[in-house]
Amino acid sequence: MHFLYPMCCFNSLLNLTCQNQNNYIQDHLKSALFDAFCLTADVFNRPLCSLISLFFHFFSSFQMQFMLLFSRQGKLRLQKWYVPLSDKEKKKITRELVQTVLARKPKMCSFLEWRDLKIVYKRYASLYFCCAIEDQDNELITLEIIHRYVELLDKYFGSVCELDIIFNFEKAYFILDEFLLGGEAQETSKKNVLKAIEQADLLQEEQKDMLGLH
Amino acid sequence: MPAVSKGDGMRGLAVFISDIRNCKSKEAEIKRINKELANIRSKFKGDKALDGYSKKKYVCKLLFIFLLGHDIDFGHMEAVNLLSSNKYTEKQIGYLFISVLVNSNSELIRLINNAIKNDLSSRNPTFMCLALHCIANVGSREMAEAFASEIPRILVAGDTMDSVKQSAALCLLRLYKTSPDLVLMGEWTSRVVHLLNDQHMGVVTAAISLITCLSQKNPDEFKTCVSLAVSRLSRIVSSASTDLQDYTYYFVPAPWLSCKLLRLLQCYPPPEDGAVKGRLVECLETILNKAQEPPKSKKVQHSNAKNAILFEAISLIIHYDSEPNLLVRACNQLGQFLQHRETNLRYLALESMCTLASSEFSHEAVKTHIETVINALKTERDVSVRQRAADLLYAMCDRSNAKQIVAEMLSYLETADYSIREEMVLKVAILAEKYAVDYSWYVDTILNLIRIAGDYVSEEVWYRVIQIVINRDDVQGYAAKTVFEALQAPACHENMVKVGGYILGEFGNLIAGDPRSSPLVQFNLLHSKFHLCSVPTRALLLSAYIKFINLFPETKATIQEVLRCDSQIRNSDVELQQRAVEYLKLSSIASTDVLATVLEEMPPFPERESSILAKLKKKKGPGAVSVTELEDSKREGGELNGGSDRGPDTSSTPSPSADLLGIRSSAPVGTAPASAGNLLVDVFSEAGPAAPSAAVNDDGFLRFVCKNNGVLFENQLLQIGIKSEYRQNLGRMYLFYGNKTSVQFASFTTSVSCPGELQSHILSLNVQTKQVEPLVEGGAQIQQVLNIECLTDFSDAPLLNIKFRYGGALQNLTLKLPVTINKFFQPTEMSSHDFFQRWKQLSQPQQEAQKIFKANHSMDTEVLKAKLLGLGTALLDNVDPNPENYVCAGVIQTKGQQVGCLLRLEPNAQAQMYRLTLRCSKDSVSRRLCELLAEQF
Repeated sequence: MHFLYPMCCFNSLLNLTCQNQNNYIQDHLKSALFDAFCLTADVFNRPLCSLISLFFHFFSSFQMQFMLLFSRQGKLRLQKWYVPLSDKEKKKITRELVQTVLARKPKMCSFLEWRDLKIVYKRYASLYFCCAIEDQDNELITLEIIHRYVELLDKYFGSVCELDIIFNFEKAYFILDEFLLGGEAQETSKKNVLKAIEQADLLQEEQKDMLGLH
Repeated sequence: MPAVSKGDGMRGLAVFISDIRNCKSKEAEIKRINKELANIRSKFKGDKALDGYSKKKYVCKLLFIFLLGHDIDFGHMEAVNLLSSNKYTEKQIGYLFISVLVNSNSELIRLINNAIKNDLSSRNPTFMCLALHCIANVGSREMAEAFASEIPRILVAGDTMDSVKQSAALCLLRLYKTSPDLVLMGEWTSRVVHLLNDQHMGVVTAAISLITCLSQKNPDEFKTCVSLAVSRLSRIVSSASTDLQDYTYYFVPAPWLSCKLLRLLQCYPPPEDGAVKGRLVECLETILNKAQEPPKSKKVQHSNAKNAILFEAISLIIHYDSEPNLLVRACNQLGQFLQHRETNLRYLALESMCTLASSEFSHEAVKTHIETVINALKTERDVSVRQRAADLLYAMCDRSNAKQIVAEMLSYLETADYSIREEMVLKVAILAEKYAVDYSWYVDTILNLIRIAGDYVSEEVWYRVIQIVINRDDVQGYAAKTVFEALQAPACHENMVKVGGYILGEFGNLIAGDPRSSPLVQFNLLHSKFHLCSVPTRALLLSAYIKFINLFPETKATIQEVLRCDSQIRNSDVELQQRAVEYLKLSSIASTDVLATVLEEMPPFPERESSILAKLKKKKGPGAVSVTELEDSKREGGELNGGSDRGPDTSSTPSPSADLLGIRSSAPVGTAPASAGNLLVDVFSEAGPAAPSAAVNDDGFLRFVCKNNGVLFENQLLQIGIKSEYRQNLGRMYLFYGNKTSVQFASFTTSVSCPGELQSHILSLNVQTKQVEPLVEGGAQIQQVLNIECLTDFSDAPLLNIKFRYGGALQNLTLKLPVTINKFFQPTEMSSHDFFQRWKQLSQPQQEAQKIFKANHSMDTEVLKAKLLGLGTALLDNVDPNPENYVCAGVIQTKGQQVGCLLRLEPNAQAQMYRLTLRCSKDSVSRRLCELLAEQF
């Protein structure tokens, strides 16, 4: 297939989407645009930055786009994506952001503009917590989302450290899912989140007992 | 190993993770992973059925490997199996794996959806939540199709547990975002709104995100949420910090919910109901009051949560833009933050104030903070904060403070970070133009701009200053004087030379009376810069010289001498050579009258949008003053373009091009050389010469079947023009790469490859070329020559691959080169008798190719004839008995053989159809020509 076809298709769809005011039609066009986007991103060897930003622009409204946890050495410890992106793009974004954030000095502000998004990050001991939000979103409350997640991890593991997250990565994901779903706060009460997780752990224990593993 | 391992630690997993962590090198890690993958694969494939625990362990290992950044291509099936386990942990790991490694494999999606369906109907809340989390995490269209109607039901059902409701609300939100057409509004919608009243704060927190998104799309259907949101907000704001128990965060009651409520209200205009509005204003006042109270805790979390609500409230106040009292209070509050010791707060205050500056009620209040903001621009240690300060200065600028702000921005520019210089330059240029009361200040500012940050001054900026100087005769003398002085600096930026060349060429006479800037001094000054400049600037200077000959006859001899020297008249650059030759000739042949007419002062430019503004619009700078506002203020004071006192356009249409002679429109010298195209590009208006659309496809290729020259490709950055000539089986193609930006392209490389089919058998095309220079300066054009030899007939075109770095990003482009088999045609004239005899000789079925197709272009005779001639064949008259038909004959020359071709085209004007028949001595040629030509008519 000639590589320009998807590009053309993408461009004309984009124009259509921008011009058309009708919400319903626009939504349809957006989903077509999404397909076209995936196609274009596939065909080109490298993801196109402009396409990615456009993509964020069209497919999000007031929500967290993704959350990354990485160490001071730049090792990714947890990644949660709330917008559909290909693995290649995820890797590119991660690489870029880790570099940018690690290069910042301690006293600098916790927010930065990056492509069309705002990045909110905070360092806890050896770990950086980093969220991408939209232009109109609230930076400070996002900072506290990060803090609440850290509190949850801390409470669950009992004074959490990076090793806990490495060795129990699946738990870190489960806790995050109870707290944030689809990029939005689902339950902000610390007690309720931990109750849900502990209930699940309890279910495990019971099952283990039944199997006689203890 | 961590001290604590909750739940059931999977020992094998922990050992594996330890192993990976102990790997000394990347290679060792990969080796260990490959070993593990082989192990897991054999376990999955083994005869012995795995128990749930082992399956879970291996799936978890695979997940770990994937999250390390390695590709995983198996294990999906085992993960799906885990979904249907009735053991919670196995199910949980299965769902996690699916959520992280989404696979659009349709078979699996069906199985996954099945498992989800079972869990949703299990009535076990923990299982239901797991299933909902999975849908929300994956959010694919297939899932939306399967569950979009089911989830609203779960959400509003009376007996659904709170935790399930929370998950269902956000799950539905995700589906609505991916596939809004599948989530149908219905009677559930009104019940969703009432979740705002729910007892459980967690349910409200989750539901409000859904409601906000739905009301953006269907504001009327969700109108009732406004009053509900106001009363909920009011209850939270007035509650004591302990009332909400665990939803109080560091003494701040429900900060997340408060922010979301305030955000929801921003989807609507101010409430019409007086009581509701009164209650809301009360809330906003309370929030502003609380900001003044002493903090209840020293923890940063307390102040962050409190201020998060405050900023969201300010956003709402700005959104309403109708309460002057609140706007001014908000502004004062932000003013306090400007000097806060927390960098985060200073950053946000600057950002938020930018929007306040555009409200008529608070603009003046914002202006009072100018000294603080200027100080921030000078002293902040974080570049992102400085950037916000610069944005705010731009937003708060008006006539009263323009001189101060522009001066501060200019001095900041000297030390500004590279990343923001270009935007700063544009902003300074716009402010200088917008608020210029006297033009000498404007000219000084722009020249300073070029002096300080010449590299970042884009074409638009210096075009604009020339445009304005030309349109304003009261500033021309001053401009000439200033630019003359600026050029005397030992090192001055090329953009300065451009402006200087243009302005002195037009208005040098205004300062020629002063012996210190006599004509010859001016010329020598300009010419001393000549050899340091790039080709486009040199071209401009040559035009300035010929203008000098007209303005100052006494310089004629000196200038002719310069034009005559070998470095000009024999310059290797076609454009420069042509200018030198033509100007020399013009100055020696034409009488002074003719010269004066041809080289007359440029007429004023038509009133049009500022080119700089157009550029900034494209850039979408945060904090940019709204463009309409800018334009309005220009209309009020809009003397800059000065159309009014110059009268309407004179009869001669002014050329929008930056070229002194305006060759495009008046063409005094007769020919506009083809390669001059990029020097004369119209930059002032978007609607320039019919530029081919940025989206290029095969059309670019097919357009060249019947012609040899033109623009092959064009986008925002690059234009590629083509000129080609063919003789026998040889061809030469000139490619012109034009850099349309003002920034250098680095590592510019091109390569030509002949696609697969051509190489695998025998090479049918031989394309030779030399590598081009790796650097292409902004605005410059470089040329590449391809030598092409046709060895045998072919159907695939060679591909041209172009790579370069623009800014930091690597650009990669592949184009089909328009080399088609018909380029090697030799026309053959023959009589009617000969034609039909040969036609009959070529009567084997495979020698003929025929196509009947609909006309895509004009069926006009002259157009058709031109195309057929462009094809390279001879068009034979009086051969076909039907005069409507066209017949052509030609021989294709390849290195090894000659292929005779006959063509017959039968138009049917009524049906708007054609029948095209080709007969060639080689059947592949018939087919290929037929394919190519069917697209041309």
